[in-house]
Amino acid sequence: MVGIVSYGAYIPRYRIDRKVIYKAIGWMNPATYMPGEKAVCNFDEDSVTMAVAAGIDCLGDIDRSTIDAAYVASTTFPYLERQNAQIIASAFNLRSDIRTADFTDTLKAGTTAVLSAVDAVKAGGVNNVVVCASDCRTGKAGSAQEEIFGDGAASVLIGDNGVVAKCLGSHSVSYDFIDHWRTNEDTYDRQWEDRFIRDVGYKNFIMEAITGVANKCGVDIKDIAKVAYPCLYGGDDKSIAKKLGLDPSQLQAPLLSTVGYAGTGDSIMLLVAALEDAKPGDKILVASFGTGSDALLFEVTDEIEKIKGKRRGIKKHLEVKKELDSYEKMISFRGMLPMEVGIRGEKMPFSALSELWRCRDQMLGLCGTKCKKCGTPQFPSQIVCVNPECGASGEMESYRFSDKKGTLITYTGDNLAFCPNPPAMYGVVNFEGGGRFWFDISDADLDSTSVGMNVEMSFRKKYVDKAFGVHFYYWKAVPVIE
Amino acid sequence: MAEGIKDKIAIIGMGCTRFGERWDMGGEDLIVEAFDEALKDSGIEKKDLQATWLGSCMDDNNAGKSALPLNQTLKLPFIPGTRVENFCATGTEALRGAAYAVASGAYDICLALGVEKLKDTGYGGLPDMASQMGTKNRFLMPNVTAPGCFGMMATAYFEKYGLDPKEGKEILAMISAKSHKNGVKNPKAHLRREATVEQIMKAPMIAWPLGLYDCCGVSDGAAAAIVCRADMAKNFRPDPVYIKSLQIGISSGEELMYNEWDGTYVKTGSITAAKAYEEAGIKNPREEIGMMEVHDCFSITELVTYEDLQISERGKAGNDVRDGFYELDGKIPCQPDGGLKCFGHPIGASGLRMIYEMYKQLQGNAGDRQIKNPKYGLTHNMGGFPIMNVVSISIVGL
Repeated sequence: MVGIVSYGAYIPRYRIDRKVIYKAIGWMNPATYMPGEKAVCNFDEDSVTMAVAAGIDCLGDIDRSTIDAAYVASTTFPYLERQNAQIIASAFNLRSDIRTADFTDTLKAGTTAVLSAVDAVKAGGVNNVVVCASDCRTGKAGSAQEEIFGDGAASVLIGDNGVVAKCLGSHSVSYDFIDHWRTNEDTYDRQWEDRFIRDVGYKNFIMEAITGVANKCGVDIKDIAKVAYPCLYGGDDKSIAKKLGLDPSQLQAPLLSTVGYAGTGDSIMLLVAALEDAKPGDKILVASFGTGSDALLFEVTDEIEKIKGKRRGIKKHLEVKKELDSYEKMISFRGMLPMEVGIRGEKMPFSALSELWRCRDQMLGLCGTKCKKCGTPQFPSQIVCVNPECGASGEMESYRFSDKKGTLITYTGDNLAFCPNPPAMYGVVNFEGGGRFWFDISDADLDSTSVGMNVEMSFRKKYVDKAFGVHFYYWKAVPVIE
Repeated sequence: MAEGIKDKIAIIGMGCTRFGERWDMGGEDLIVEAFDEALKDSGIEKKDLQATWLGSCMDDNNAGKSALPLNQTLKLPFIPGTRVENFCATGTEALRGAAYAVASGAYDICLALGVEKLKDTGYGGLPDMASQMGTKNRFLMPNVTAPGCFGMMATAYFEKYGLDPKEGKEILAMISAKSHKNGVKNPKAHLRREATVEQIMKAPMIAWPLGLYDCCGVSDGAAAAIVCRADMAKNFRPDPVYIKSLQIGISSGEELMYNEWDGTYVKTGSITAAKAYEEAGIKNPREEIGMMEVHDCFSITELVTYEDLQISERGKAGNDVRDGFYELDGKIPCQPDGGLKCFGHPIGASGLRMIYEMYKQLQGNAGDRQIKNPKYGLTHNMGGFPIMNVVSISIVGL
């Protein structure tokens, strides 16, 4: 029995009320107004970091050495060459004898990645595949897309042991339907007319895929507890539900007014949201939209009870939010507004990529060492033990810090250091179980930060060197989401 | 323990440039300004110099690597030269090299000169700190600046000793106000303007909880010392100043990676101070030290240093500050020349600048800020960050 073994999600802390966007730039295109809010990445987040955050939520305390493959989906990954899946797998500190793949170029890539994971496990080559779908799409200033697109990610672990929702079947339809497109030279999507997208593509392909999987599995649509698919335009999801003959209670509430349309992550996020409320025996159908549609049908097992409440998922992340009250800040975080950063801010560290290779476990995986003699964890990796009572040399084993919580022993908010969202905050973290280092602090406000505050580690963009084409990722301390 | 270098080395000549934003002066010009004064002060001739030690910290915007900038600028005739760098202890490190060389018997007369041309970066504050730590740390370290790193020490100190930010900042402001008062009396100081406690507390925030006036000046400057064997010093002048102790300590990584240190003091500072007192034969520093120039890169550093030097009790330095213990007319005047706060902080020169002030005070040549009958003068540098650093301490006397 192959299916979902675990699930997780991530929604960035910042939410912007669409009124704020509209107030700032609605004059350009007055018809763009939409109700609700949307989730916005912090300046140090992107589709890679969100995928990692969702994956960490999904992996929970599952032994990461049991993961045999990492499939990740996005249309907004930073690298066209250098596999994004492997950056994410390195952040998870997965084994090196695994499969990794990027699924991209279409918004249905998230469901395709899940399908491929299901097939891989069924084929017997691998036992556990972690799948992440994440998007951080940017609409042009003043466009409807700027209001519609939201940032978010979700992750599922596909396997055949401890399955919480078994995969009953799938149906895919694929068409070269050009609703939106972007070449490798474009920064922004181009869109065809909304009415064409909605009436010819969206409504038809999702219906076709959903009907297809229901027929294949011999399931009456009325017996499905939740049907989940993205909502591109307010209300249009309901018209699909009506055509399918669904009771409104069967429709998984879309994310449009809370997160926004979250691209490849959207369908998987909806799937996670449905699983959060599911009970054993429930059937859940999820469909995507983009170059056609994939639909997957799941049936929830008794195992769901073991995992419930142990993942932040969609619910917790929707609760934990910070209002972004400035449109200008939002577009400056996206790099859309050339800001005065000063000469200090223009200085770029040289990225020694051979050093990144040598130290990949430390930099991307936040692994240090633990002294086999005295048991002291230490970061970064040491050869000689830092415990003054020990000092053993060459007695170290690898030790992962990314999954350890910590407390701040001190911190500051620095207005001199260049930071896209000043003040630059950083502090010294004592890890539970031992070990200490200093880290940048993100997603925190100076006023609500204190000595002794609980923090956890979050994979973030440390800097982007545009001239050299390097996105450097590392870990920051963030307040623990309670 | 080894017997140390107490009274083996004499300083017979010193020079120090005016510190400040010397837009019209390069590193080479500053070297000449400090050296000319030292040479004239010493009574030796340039040809008597047998070896040189150049201290300079930042490579990017200074005179350059090696001892070439020093020996070439001064046209010293093919004598040995060494460049040293040890963060903010660089100037003292240059003196240490010269002093140890003389103490070893290798040379009789040596020059130690520290220089820093900081004001060629195009922005305020010190050059990027993380880039000074090697490429790996550039990746691993947070996005720090010096004020932020010391701000963290203030945060931890306030928390441990139950000071609310206003109370804590007031103590720090009194420290800075004292140095501003002293700086006015020093014609070579970078900042020569009094500042009230109220003004200091209201200044713009640089890195929580440190405001503008909690931070020292970022300056250009150079300072120099000519040292010789103690037994020959009086051939050159009647009042040479003798080195009683020269100690340096480097963090072991404990503060950064081991869970014990609490961030409220400088571990290297307290350990190095104990060694310095032992070398100098000082048993009770609060009674025996007559004056000090400590590394007040930030006001909090000075506060914590009072305690690290065993002069104020842990957590209680604020009481001594309030009592005026460290004022120019106090029991142990601290920063009589204005300190890094107001004299300024050209990194490579700072250690030698501090000794220059002690030297002038001991000889009774400190003008308006002369301290009465000082016995021992102590200088202290701390380079790097509270969490990993270099501390140097020297004690000098007649």
